[in-house]
Amino acid sequence: MGFERADNHTWRKIKSALASGSAFVSAILVIAPLGLVFFYLLINGITSVNWDFFTKLPAPVGEVGGGMANAIVGSLELLALAGAIGIPVGVLGGVYFAEYGSARINSVLRFLADVLNGIPSITWGVVVYGLIVLRFKSFSVLAGGLALALIMIPLILRTTEEVVLLVPNGYREASLALGVSRWKTIVHIVMKTASKGIITGILLALARIGGETAPLLFTAFGNRFWTHSLTQPIAALPLQIFTYAISPYDDWHRQAWAGALVLVTGIFCVNILVRFLTRGRGAQVV
Amino acid sequence: MAPPSRFGDQAFEWLTLAMASTVVVLVILIGWELWHGSSLAIKKFGFHFLTTSTWDPVTEQFGALPFIYGTLVSSAIALIIAVPLGIATAAYLTELAPLWIRQPLVSLIEMLAAIPSVILGLWGIFVMVPWLRNYPFPFLKQYFGWIPLFTGPIYGPCLFAGGIIIAIMILPIITSVSREILRSVPNLQREAAYALGATRWEATRIAVLSYAKKGLLGAVILGLGRALGETLAVTMVIGNTPQIVASLFKPGYTLASVLANEFTEATTDTYLGALFEIGLVLFGITILVNLLAQLLLRTIATTSATRAVQ
Repeated sequence: MGFERADNHTWRKIKSALASGSAFVSAILVIAPLGLVFFYLLINGITSVNWDFFTKLPAPVGEVGGGMANAIVGSLELLALAGAIGIPVGVLGGVYFAEYGSARINSVLRFLADVLNGIPSITWGVVVYGLIVLRFKSFSVLAGGLALALIMIPLILRTTEEVVLLVPNGYREASLALGVSRWKTIVHIVMKTASKGIITGILLALARIGGETAPLLFTAFGNRFWTHSLTQPIAALPLQIFTYAISPYDDWHRQAWAGALVLVTGIFCVNILVRFLTRGRGAQVV
Repeated sequence: MAPPSRFGDQAFEWLTLAMASTVVVLVILIGWELWHGSSLAIKKFGFHFLTTSTWDPVTEQFGALPFIYGTLVSSAIALIIAVPLGIATAAYLTELAPLWIRQPLVSLIEMLAAIPSVILGLWGIFVMVPWLRNYPFPFLKQYFGWIPLFTGPIYGPCLFAGGIIIAIMILPIITSVSREILRSVPNLQREAAYALGATRWEATRIAVLSYAKKGLLGAVILGLGRALGETLAVTMVIGNTPQIVASLFKPGYTLASVLANEFTEATTDTYLGALFEIGLVLFGITILVNLLAQLLLRTIATTSATRAVQ
């Protein structure tokens, strides 16, 4: 009898160890693609990341060399435009959620923001195509920037709300008690206290849309040359990577790997910066 | 002393309200634009659009069935792979792993989530698909070829490859939302199980996983929402052929991929209308799935779970 129980206990222990082991293997399998992708980006991309890559326009088909200067600048332009629209709307909207808004209105708006966050990014491309490109009969910087801005808004809105809610109520009360008006309290005390978190949310949103390709396919469209006006099509790094990856030319494939390496490095740098900003607070902010 | 002016307060409140209400405007805008854009196709094809499988821009015959099929099949493959792996990893991260290993693993998963779709697709075309074609696919064909799913010639780009790449894309979100759900399970649950003499795995299974069932379902459905809308990576490896076939080794096509590939090529109004309608179908499916996921996650009422969504 005692033997049986001991056996049973051992068996349960073994089972527990087996389960832990397979959960560990699962975790390894989940992160394996990260290592594999990074490894292949490095070995395939590093040789083509050179001075020309950052300073030259794409070479015509058949010619070796050239770079992605216009795509890198184009991506930055699109991000700046998207930020100019998306950041103020998202941050102020998030402040409304946290500071004003009755519980019922908030829960509806928050719900909608979360649903918007789950909509496929290509849908935004289709919407902006109908809204801007069809109307003005041209792919443009404006259309691309707007598509990215619309993706940003619900993202920033939610992160801003969360960090503003973390500001202790005593801060608000102290300021109001001194006779400072409510809006000045919010801007100078509450938003200032939460500024690190707000910036973190903005940076994460920028990193996210910086890699977006789907919403740019038929808004920004891409361009093999420099873009001189907001109403012309513009190149973007992820778009260029896509075009080159599905092309039949070896030289373009090499450029695609190089572009991907540069893009991922940029995105990882932002993520590390964010980690640096939020260090010590752990998972508390975002 | 005069009281502070009310005007500034009022103006600021309205300003922030206006910005917050963009979420309402955006939802209406998407619905209206997609409906408006596809009205021509809806009038012309009616309900048949969803049930016919001819997609021929030359004769202007458009049916979305092969795309709906491809989307559902590739997402199903993705879930079959990603759900057990994601939940097991989440359980590992919250219950089973040594403490020192948890935070680094979480960071790595966050980095995986940060990889853009197009870059995963690039890797998919040049690394993953050739490997699948040379090793796992012939193996499956040889030993499981009697199942219709694994028959026929192996091309490389196919529904199976599309499903695997989507699985990689949705693993981070399923894992991190599941992890938040498991973290929100009260410690009393675990303590009760250990007090009864449970082993670590028994406590995890009985006291934690089954307690969190509903939230985990929410995480899975959220992952499904992402899977259905995944575009670039899957476009690059699925083969882009509108057909309904049993074999997973054959190329397929998804709703999002046909938008990505053909939108700029649509030369006639009917063609463009049909593509808009594809967008409408995709929007309709993903919004339903997301609503369901939010409802399930909302009942858990953890802000941390919704935080992980982003």
